[in-house]
Amino acid sequence: MPLVRLPAGLRVSVTVVTLVVLVVIYVPLLLVLLNSFNTDRTFGWPPPGYTTHWWSLAWHSEGARDALFTSVRVALAATAIALVLGTLAAMGLRRTRFFGRNVVSLLIILPIALPGIVTGLAFQNGFRTILGLQLSLWTIVIAHATFCIVTVFNNVQARFARLGGNFEQASMDLGAGPFTTFRLVTLPMLRSALLAGGLLSFGLSFDEIVVTQFTASSTDRTLPIWIFQNLFRPNAAPIVNCVAAALVLFSVIPIYLAQRLSGDAAEAMTGAR
Amino acid sequence: MVGAGSPAISVRGLSKHYDQVRAVHGLDLDIEDGEFFSMLGPSGSGKTTVLRLIAGFEPPTAGTIRLGDEDVTDRAPYDRDVNTVFQDYAIFPHMSVLQNVEYGLRVKRVAKPERRRRAEEALATVRLEGYAARRPHQLSGGQRQRVALARALVNRPKVLLLDEPLGALDLKLRREMQVELKEIQREVGITFVFVTHDQEEALTMSDRIAVFNDGRIQQLATPVELYEQPASAFVAGFVGTSNLLDGQVAKELVGEDGTFVIRPEKLVMHAEDGAPAADGNTAVAPGVVREVVYLGASTHSVVELDAGATLTVAHQNTDRSIDAALERRQQRVVLSWRRDHLVALGRAPDPETPSPEEES
Repeated sequence: MPLVRLPAGLRVSVTVVTLVVLVVIYVPLLLVLLNSFNTDRTFGWPPPGYTTHWWSLAWHSEGARDALFTSVRVALAATAIALVLGTLAAMGLRRTRFFGRNVVSLLIILPIALPGIVTGLAFQNGFRTILGLQLSLWTIVIAHATFCIVTVFNNVQARFARLGGNFEQASMDLGAGPFTTFRLVTLPMLRSALLAGGLLSFGLSFDEIVVTQFTASSTDRTLPIWIFQNLFRPNAAPIVNCVAAALVLFSVIPIYLAQRLSGDAAEAMTGAR
Repeated sequence: MVGAGSPAISVRGLSKHYDQVRAVHGLDLDIEDGEFFSMLGPSGSGKTTVLRLIAGFEPPTAGTIRLGDEDVTDRAPYDRDVNTVFQDYAIFPHMSVLQNVEYGLRVKRVAKPERRRRAEEALATVRLEGYAARRPHQLSGGQRQRVALARALVNRPKVLLLDEPLGALDLKLRREMQVELKEIQREVGITFVFVTHDQEEALTMSDRIAVFNDGRIQQLATPVELYEQPASAFVAGFVGTSNLLDGQVAKELVGEDGTFVIRPEKLVMHAEDGAPAADGNTAVAPGVVREVVYLGASTHSVVELDAGATLTVAHQNTDRSIDAALERRQQRVVLSWRRDHLVALGRAPDPETPSPEEES
């Protein structure tokens, strides 16, 4: 149901612009997928034939596999940190009114807007010179957690705004202490917001490259870094296509799920249907 | 049960200030055990703040709150033997009706069979048998209201606090629930403290009513006293329609200085030629009918007296004279009333609550 009925001419041009934008975005992505089955090593067009050879090579490539596991580990750890800290931050900022509250809120959200190259450089400097840390898997995790927190924080804050504070007051009124209230009332009502925030955070971390580049040691390779390093090796190019296609799936699925969850949650909470 | 000498709630010198705003100021209040007590007032008068202070959601700026024999001023909400029915009900959306009602017993670690039994009992009390498995979003507004009530009652608190619980219901349902709430209160024998801005609701249900304005109690009395003997112009105006006679008008019509109030149903309207003569018992005043409002059961006529005041006259529509009343618009009439129906206000609003012995 259109909310506003547009004049026919405008409607046609809006449709055309939308289609062009979608084509520009998704045709290259489809090309990557297609080329991962292309028999021609140099991706000649049209493809002379199709093969699953590259996929089996990619599957057996140790470098690609290691990189995949590294990425999964980093993303899981960063998401775990983000879930705990993001939730606590949202709860803290909700309960208290203090001077500079908005500033703190902004500072928490800012990392997602900061240019990755600046964040990466800053972390590298911070870890190595000030803290005297060796770059490792954990330095990547910490760096990723800074922007993963934002997705959790935003989701939880939005949920709190919609719920209001009466449920927790009701719980305390009925005799539950703060921890019981959190366990039986707050957490269950945040569940879908946490899941959505966590999935988004996983997706963000999984395909991050700029910050990772600066905070990873030379031996820790996440999947995006592995792709970047192998991109210009002529022999590896077809495998890169396969890995890239896999990476797209890994990033898209959590975000798709997150979106569905937020939608469902909104419905369940308002009691629509 | 606590004896008559020990009130269920005893509040002394209670104040709550937010920055510059004095929401509640120097409140003294005793609520008797088993009483249906209403706090009535316009929004912002401090009545809800008093309720929240008693529940423990906010700390008072000054003063003490006692529940029975215990000083609970500094206790957390979960450490007070009171339960609240919230204005928006605050029913947990992720739990079934039964789980909601059981919640208080569950967190107090009451054994499952007993809490199931008591929850079902509470649901029966609010006439919601058979709804235990429902989800909150499957319930109507009135049913949610009952769930909230059952969830509070199941804990058998010393005092039940109700924060405008009927405000979200439509008029017909609200009237039904008023009667039902009163019945439930009599049945369970728990002290109810009921916050409302609806004077009719307060008059219908309460044993006693405290009228709030500007963070203070303007008058604390039974519904009858409140209506028949309002202590101030504010109370007279807030509880029912008030007709004020003051200044020069009072002098001319009553023969004394001061402010007087008379209720609309105590005025009688006569045609100009059929008016009784004024005597020791009866006062009369001529005027012009400015407006006639037909209200179904009664008709209200607004009469501008020659002496200066504007009075509302209520007339029960017991016969077929409504047309006649409507035709009186802009006509000259004479009002009469019994002199002893006039209530002298005069004195300032009395901040002191009547001593408990006067009650019950």
